[in-house]
Amino acid sequence: MMIKMKGITKIYAHDGVETVALAGVNLNVEEGEFVAIMGPSGSGKSTLMHILGALDSPTDGQYWLDNQDVSRLNDDDLAEIRNRKIGFVFQAYNLLPRTSALKNVELPMAYAEIDKERRLMRAKELLGLVGLGDRMEHLSNQLSGGQQQRVAIARALTMDPKIVLADEPTGNIASQQAEEIMKILKKLHKDGRTIVMITHEEDIAKWASRVVTIRDGKIVEDRKSGRRLR
Amino acid sequence: MKLTEIVRESFGTLGLNKMRTGLAALGIIIGIGSVIALISLGAGSQKAIENQIQALGANLLTVMPSNSRQGNVRTAGQNTSLTLDDARAIATNNSITTISQVSPELSRRSQVIAGRNNTNTEIVGVESTYSAIHTMEMTAGNFISERDVSGVAKVAVLGPQAVIDLFGEGANPVGAQIRINKQSFSVIGVTKSKGGSGFNNPDSMIFVPLSTAQKQLFGVDYLSTIAVEAKSKEVMTMAQDEIGYLLLDRHKLSSPTNADFSIMSQNDILNTASQVTGTFTTLLGGIAAISLLVGGIGIMNIMLVTVTERTREIGLRKALGAKKKTIITQFLVESVILTFFGGIIGMAIGVGISFLLAKVLSIPAAISVPSMVLAMGVSGIIGIVFGWYPAQRAAKLQPIEALRFE
Repeated sequence: MMIKMKGITKIYAHDGVETVALAGVNLNVEEGEFVAIMGPSGSGKSTLMHILGALDSPTDGQYWLDNQDVSRLNDDDLAEIRNRKIGFVFQAYNLLPRTSALKNVELPMAYAEIDKERRLMRAKELLGLVGLGDRMEHLSNQLSGGQQQRVAIARALTMDPKIVLADEPTGNIASQQAEEIMKILKKLHKDGRTIVMITHEEDIAKWASRVVTIRDGKIVEDRKSGRRLR
Repeated sequence: MKLTEIVRESFGTLGLNKMRTGLAALGIIIGIGSVIALISLGAGSQKAIENQIQALGANLLTVMPSNSRQGNVRTAGQNTSLTLDDARAIATNNSITTISQVSPELSRRSQVIAGRNNTNTEIVGVESTYSAIHTMEMTAGNFISERDVSGVAKVAVLGPQAVIDLFGEGANPVGAQIRINKQSFSVIGVTKSKGGSGFNNPDSMIFVPLSTAQKQLFGVDYLSTIAVEAKSKEVMTMAQDEIGYLLLDRHKLSSPTNADFSIMSQNDILNTASQVTGTFTTLLGGIAAISLLVGGIGIMNIMLVTVTERTREIGLRKALGAKKKTIITQFLVESVILTFFGGIIGMAIGVGISFLLAKVLSIPAAISVPSMVLAMGVSGIIGIVFGWYPAQRAAKLQPIEALRFE
């Protein structure tokens, strides 16, 4: 089991007012699945994404990632989990500004203290894989949105993560380039990687093999390849 | 991430924002620069004053009438307790064994006229021993001789500044007439510059025979100073005692606490002057330290702005696996680089200004290596101290908070 969530609850307290973002989510994801998490804004899908990505800790419940309980780890241990097991693709790409594509892809490996030579080889290989072999020295702000997102995907893959988390990966990208991004994700899935993607677009969710719908902090629908699970 | 890599990346980040980097470093540049320049200015003027006092003469004791307790006293020279007989006694009395020469002196300010020029300067009545005790050298003519004194001659020897004031630059006034206190004097010599400055500048003094000064010019019979040269540096204290007891006896005073005179050795003067200039140096150093502090706060300010500006970047770095320590190190390294290089540039500028000031003020340049090492150390410490808070702020950012930040 790649992801196992049991009774995950997240409550935000703001000025004494408590907001329940997640109200007991149970979710299992097998290795090699391509899951899309859908829901309207305010449904709690972003919070779920943050907890899945070890960017945030749940208020209650347990979360095993790759058979390791990560619901009660400290900041630095979480940083290590994020570095080694999760590859992030953000809606806003989040590349380092005015930094070359190559350097951006190298960054997670630098934090893992991998030596320079191996980093460079791996970064070049991955940029080639996402079709940017001829733009490796380009600065991030010299690339189009679609190209930036492909750099981000290459960066997500550098540490050979168990799971790729994509948060609205095509949200900022024109539809033609969006399809290319989705093709790359689909290919990663075919190669056996586990992918969890958050989106609010049906068109994009179609690319996944399983669609989980969340509303008011609860999972309300879970269907696999058009088939309802519950 | 390895430290060398963090350092390399920090240089890159600082290079991306040259304007901000420059402005942040400017505070430290000015701070370190002014510390070095001001401290060397203080030390230089201290040295200059010491040189000047040394130049007044070797193994010199100065006997002066002490401040009387009867009011209306403007200067020590107004007191009348020392007489020529006191000076003669010091020179000849059997109880005095440790001195070699005595110079009785009477000095007062007076108006001096030469042709159309006039100046108000120090007129010093001297005997021939003056030039030896005060190591005066001549550039033209002769100094006051014994014959001038015994003959109450109306002759004058000018200091180089007095020559400039009365006759203009480069003039040779020997043989010319000047009027001191409405009486005519002929100039018989010019002394060599001693490079002094300020109120008691020997270069602007005019020397006349003591007898003439007392009887003709000012109509008094007292002295303002008796300068005494001891036989050697070692017997200075002994000479001080001998003179003191002799004068107490002559003035019929029972204890040194009632003394109507004081005896200062050159060391006393030197110490007093050093104390004054030392205080001055400390003051300058203090002012400079404040500017250094302001520079440090400037760095902290810029680093805090940087943390806010780079909130998203910090969040991203954390999401990609940067640990707290890595983020703290990155921000600390950036601020230490800023202060370190700011410090080096500031040091170069400070040294430059020191030499410039030394040249303009004609004082010796006194750049002390310890003060430079200290300044560098301080700038490094400032980098760490003022970089610490912003670095902590950055490291404590939660990755999601940081990623959400717009």
